[in-house]
Amino acid sequence: MSLTSIIFTLFCYFSLLLFFIGLSYKIIQYWQTPVPLKIPITPAPLKVSGVFMRMIREVLLFESLFKSSKWTWFFGWIFHFALVLLFLRHLVYFWPGEIPAILMKTEPFKYAAFPLIIGLLGLFGRRLFVDRVRYISAPSDYLMLVLLIVIGGSGMLMTFAHNHPNILLVKSFAVGLITLNWSELPSDLLFLAHIFLVFILIAIFPISKLLHAPGVFFSPTLNQVDNARNKRHISSWARQKETDKEVSIEQNSEKDE
Amino acid sequence: MAEVDIDKLQTYIKIPAIQKDSMAGDGPFKASAEIQEHLGFPREKVENWQQVAIEKMAETTSKYRSVQVFLDTCVKCGACTDKCHYYLGTSDPKNMPVARQDLFRSVYRRHFTFAGKYFPKLVGAKELDDAMLDDWYNYFHQCSQCRRCAVFCPYGIDTAEISMAAREVMNVIGVGQKYSNQILGRINKIGNNLGMPEPALRDTLLDLEEEIEKETGITVKLPLDKEHAEVLMVTPSADFFAEPHIDGLIGYAKVFHQSAVTWTMSSYASEAANFGMFIGSYEVMRQGALRIRKAALDLGVSRIVVGECGHAWRVAYSFWNTLSGIGGGAIDEYALKLQRQLDSNYPQPQHIIEFTYDLIKKGMLTFDKTKNDHRKVTFHDSCNVARGSNMGNIENGQFILPREVIKAACNHFADMPNSTIKASTFCCGGGGGLLTDDLIELRIKGAMPRMQALKQSQENDGVNTLAAICAICKSQFSKVLPNYDFDPYMIVSVHQLVSDALVLSDKSQTKTEDSL
Repeated sequence: MSLTSIIFTLFCYFSLLLFFIGLSYKIIQYWQTPVPLKIPITPAPLKVSGVFMRMIREVLLFESLFKSSKWTWFFGWIFHFALVLLFLRHLVYFWPGEIPAILMKTEPFKYAAFPLIIGLLGLFGRRLFVDRVRYISAPSDYLMLVLLIVIGGSGMLMTFAHNHPNILLVKSFAVGLITLNWSELPSDLLFLAHIFLVFILIAIFPISKLLHAPGVFFSPTLNQVDNARNKRHISSWARQKETDKEVSIEQNSEKDE
Repeated sequence: MAEVDIDKLQTYIKIPAIQKDSMAGDGPFKASAEIQEHLGFPREKVENWQQVAIEKMAETTSKYRSVQVFLDTCVKCGACTDKCHYYLGTSDPKNMPVARQDLFRSVYRRHFTFAGKYFPKLVGAKELDDAMLDDWYNYFHQCSQCRRCAVFCPYGIDTAEISMAAREVMNVIGVGQKYSNQILGRINKIGNNLGMPEPALRDTLLDLEEEIEKETGITVKLPLDKEHAEVLMVTPSADFFAEPHIDGLIGYAKVFHQSAVTWTMSSYASEAANFGMFIGSYEVMRQGALRIRKAALDLGVSRIVVGECGHAWRVAYSFWNTLSGIGGGAIDEYALKLQRQLDSNYPQPQHIIEFTYDLIKKGMLTFDKTKNDHRKVTFHDSCNVARGSNMGNIENGQFILPREVIKAACNHFADMPNSTIKASTFCCGGGGGLLTDDLIELRIKGAMPRMQALKQSQENDGVNTLAAICAICKSQFSKVLPNYDFDPYMIVSVHQLVSDALVLSDKSQTKTEDSL
């Protein structure tokens, strides 16, 4: 194996390691942090089924964003939807052995690269040209979009501009990563840039704003049932406070510990 | 009328271009050493305040999932940037919800995240220095915790949670706001925000009884500390003295009179408002809730009803059961005792609007709606009711019930534009501990979006009466309406409308309604 192949193989595993360790840490942290009060935001569902539907609408359709800003919603939604299609499109490269018929049907998903880029450019433009959004943007916010645009752009150049790397090499490299049967990767610069940036993206996931993906499921304003009067909601630390101490009816002069 | 330079009022909401530092300043008056000490906070800014603040931030993020998740998940999409009434009214970019959160988030990133520790410039991480603390104090007291931004955020990020967290951090380092903390001191000492002692309260209620009798010829009681009444009525103390609030209190009394449900108020817990929420202190908020629990136990009531007060209703509806266990599931003996005492046929607590609405549905109240015919009424959804509570245990009940009560008492009702009511309602501009004269410029400017919507309704539907169910809204509107060329007396309690149209029966004699 060439040095490039070895480095890229190692970097792939390294980024996946960071991804899984970092993300597990954050998810466990969110999970374990108590929610002391009922704070669902209107329109707050009164039943669990309502919360379930709300989450589905938020995650799949970006309902609240639709209410706030049609342009941001449009660019954001087509970008995310295209990203899902392109992810599915890439599975075929990693599938060891015989490829299921359904994966073969993802071929046309490659065209999702166009809405992906349009969405990203739209979001980038908004960040540049709307004074309010420009004000709140840090360098990392622009860089994240640039990163995604370059990943999408390099992929498009390979797919649509006759720069396709040797597909057999791509396949054996990708499958090799899954089956731990490592092999040589194509040395086309576009391809190397493409996968390098994807590894970067995976690696920074748990330490960047990409945490919005797991975060949305833990957002108490969105995932709580509005039933505080019927069912007592109490956090572990507040209950501890109640059990630890002799309760007196007149606790008003008591100071915060 | 307070003199503040404001633009001519439009009938539509225009998103302003940002004007940096247009609301820069020192913020509201700071609490004195005595006030701070009374709440258990340091008397003055502690020497190692940065360290204490960072430790408190660590504690808060470990105790509140909301704060932890909200600090991490914001992607700076900008959806909230044009949703805050203070931004729309002041153009100061730090009043954009995300920018306000970023004051806190940038410090969080610097101290608690990998990227912020090693690449602070890249991710906008900043140190908590004097300038940052000044910005915290100034801009976290330009947030009324109304939650409008949270409705529009794709992740439900609620700036109110961040502003509460920031205010608590500031209190813990000894930098408190005078207005909120002074009021909290009074309620802990005397039982209400005004510091109105029992004899004064009793006199006020007697005066009101006389007034009602003079006006209607019928004896309507406003009982205080009456043991074994069915209902304990807990209402914001502004209802005892302020205009137009007091007419709402008369309305409650008339409704109770007609319902034949016995009721009482408590001199020990003569305050529904709970400013503990505004300063983000669970413990202070809990003390307020326990005070009401004690009053309910001592008086032996079987129901608790809350008067017209926005944040009080949020605390009562969403938090009381957590704080004092009044609805079941609590473990301490007083909560258990109260649970046995309270009537489980009713939600506990109930809002006075729910109480009145139930009576209307049962046909127990008779209205002469023509008494309100000079009024063309619109309803201002108060933010804490609209976005932090429910009524009637039906979806959107907090929007439906008050409107139904108004319509039962009035012939002419028209809503303000859809984008400014219900879940999208604009704050009055004075909520969240900002109802103080040292913030008058902010209050006037922050009221602008609501005033614009009101003007549109005035022009399109001839609206001349603005009804609300929040003591802060009522005080704020009375003050700022003249700045926008409205009649300051156009703001009324919903229960004033009820009061004016309700046909009273004389309970001392057996008369039928027809004979009245």
